[in-house]
Amino acid sequence: MSSVSIRQIRKSFAGLTVLDSVDMEIAPGEFVVILGSSGCGKSTLLNVIAGLDDCDSGQILINDVDVSGLEPSQRGLAMVFQSYALFPAMTVRRNLSFGMEIAGTPKAKIAEKVAWAAKLLQIEALLERKPSQLSGGQRQRVAIGRALVRSSSICLFDEPLSNLDAKLRAETRVELKELHETLKSTMIYVTHDQIEAMTMADRVAVMHKGRVEQFAEPQKVYEKPASLFVAGFIGSPAMNFLKGYLEGTRRFKTHDVSLDASSYGFATGPAAEEAILGIRCEDVNVVERGAPDSIPATLAFTELLGADALGWFDCLGQRFSVKLTIDAARTMQKDVGFRFNMSKASFFSAATERRL
Amino acid sequence: MKTWLHRQTFKPDITVAVFFGVVAIFFYGSILWTFYMSLTRSTLMPNYAVVGLDQYVKLFTNYRWLVSCLNMVIFGVLFIVGTLGFGTILAIFADRRIQAESLFRTIFLYPLAVSLIVTGLSWRWVLDPVNGLQGLMRNAGWENFTFDWLTNPDRAIYTLVIASIWHSSGLVMVIVLAGLRGVDNDLWKAIRMEGIPLWRAYLQVIFPGMRPVIASCVVLLMSEVIRGYDLVIAMTKGGPGIATEMPAKFAVDFYFARVNLGLASAASIVMLMLSLLMLLPYFYSEFRKRT
Repeated sequence: MSSVSIRQIRKSFAGLTVLDSVDMEIAPGEFVVILGSSGCGKSTLLNVIAGLDDCDSGQILINDVDVSGLEPSQRGLAMVFQSYALFPAMTVRRNLSFGMEIAGTPKAKIAEKVAWAAKLLQIEALLERKPSQLSGGQRQRVAIGRALVRSSSICLFDEPLSNLDAKLRAETRVELKELHETLKSTMIYVTHDQIEAMTMADRVAVMHKGRVEQFAEPQKVYEKPASLFVAGFIGSPAMNFLKGYLEGTRRFKTHDVSLDASSYGFATGPAAEEAILGIRCEDVNVVERGAPDSIPATLAFTELLGADALGWFDCLGQRFSVKLTIDAARTMQKDVGFRFNMSKASFFSAATERRL
Repeated sequence: MKTWLHRQTFKPDITVAVFFGVVAIFFYGSILWTFYMSLTRSTLMPNYAVVGLDQYVKLFTNYRWLVSCLNMVIFGVLFIVGTLGFGTILAIFADRRIQAESLFRTIFLYPLAVSLIVTGLSWRWVLDPVNGLQGLMRNAGWENFTFDWLTNPDRAIYTLVIASIWHSSGLVMVIVLAGLRGVDNDLWKAIRMEGIPLWRAYLQVIFPGMRPVIASCVVLLMSEVIRGYDLVIAMTKGGPGIATEMPAKFAVDFYFARVNLGLASAASIVMLMLSLLMLLPYFYSEFRKRT
């Protein structure tokens, strides 16, 4: 088990800032998912940790030892790649053993390690095959196996499931999580898939434009997003937003409507400023038109999703999604009112886009 | 008439049929005719009486033909190994992101644009013992400098190898370079993660994964070997003596200079068989992969 410290990593490429002073402290044995859309710098960050990419400034510490100047193979890491990157002309067995052979591991030890990894990943029957004779899922296992036999306490994953079909992806997700429970090694996992992040991670780092916007437990990232970007990025359907003005008296004014926000847990002291209210689809209550402390909304259409339903409303010029029961969706009237569950809402400063 | 023609749907068939006809008559027809001639005792003019395999027996007891075949094997092995090795090394250098890569690529590919006749003439001048490299060095004061391979019967074949490696290395470089550029970037990352030394990475991971590319190069170079005629004519004319005779030159000589149609045809047919034999491993591996 090893800890990883990422300190003030900066990298720019041809005038474009790819990584903007990234800081992360990863505890031993933790499963950390780095989540972001393409081009946010998440893969670059992983390459910098692995030593495959140089950074302009900053340090990478593994077990409190600075490894910034070391070659990738000397950092004690293993890595699984998106395209698997298996050695094409070698059998599965040789794919697993080749790295150890290069490192001068004794033959008996190599055989023992290969047998252990093959048993753990259930690829014993495939050991004599070439990568071209394997399916995508099997190649994925071999790639993971090649990382395992390095017996390093830190494993890096670069979007390892994105080339698999949906069903296999869900299965492999569970297996990876179990593997982490078994091996208890530190894992850093890069993905653009928020379901992977929510289900597997101990902590999620949401990245945007080369910065870490929030680094917290998945549920916390969902419930208390630290910035407007995280709020909009996490969750499907996306969070509903309303622009308005937050008064010092903890009332939120928008389009002639004034809402009581005193039940919201503000992180900052009372101050009057332009703000954005964010509310998830399950925290909107549909009430009768004109009920006290409600705002008017008009039903556009409903989507029945089997277990529950989604209602799409027009409210103060915005399109709102609201989670409904099937019965409620069937009998929904056109003109209704919304009442927000303010204790579960999020307020963001319109100026800084940070959580208030 | 014109609209009637436009309405017809058989036009593509006619086009293809004409094309196939041309190929069938002039290509396969010629092969068949040559085979027929090789079974006769034709000399200047065709003689249509079939005598069996006499010409083949004569061919394989002909010392000059046997020397030609041996020369082709020596030349072929050295040329293919040398060109592959040299071209591959150039491709590796070009792939390591050197400065002015496109300039070097053009320089190395340029010999290919020069015809083999011109290549042969240039190398003949360079290697000429009196006026070429040897003469230059001796005039510069190095009196004992000797490089007379071109006129040495034991060495002349190697001058052909040098000239043709110079001519074809650029082609191999470009093909291998294209293959190297197609290597997945993640594979290079995996190689760095495992700490594999660069030479082992190329030898054991990258090139074994590029087998089809290498096979294409070998097939291209093999056809150069069997066709090898113009370079010999321009550089050595088969000499000194018969030291650099090649099967293709043998066939042409017997067709036109020594007017022995039957023997020349037999030589041609044997060359065709040799080509097919050489391509057999390639077809075999391709076919096996499909099934």
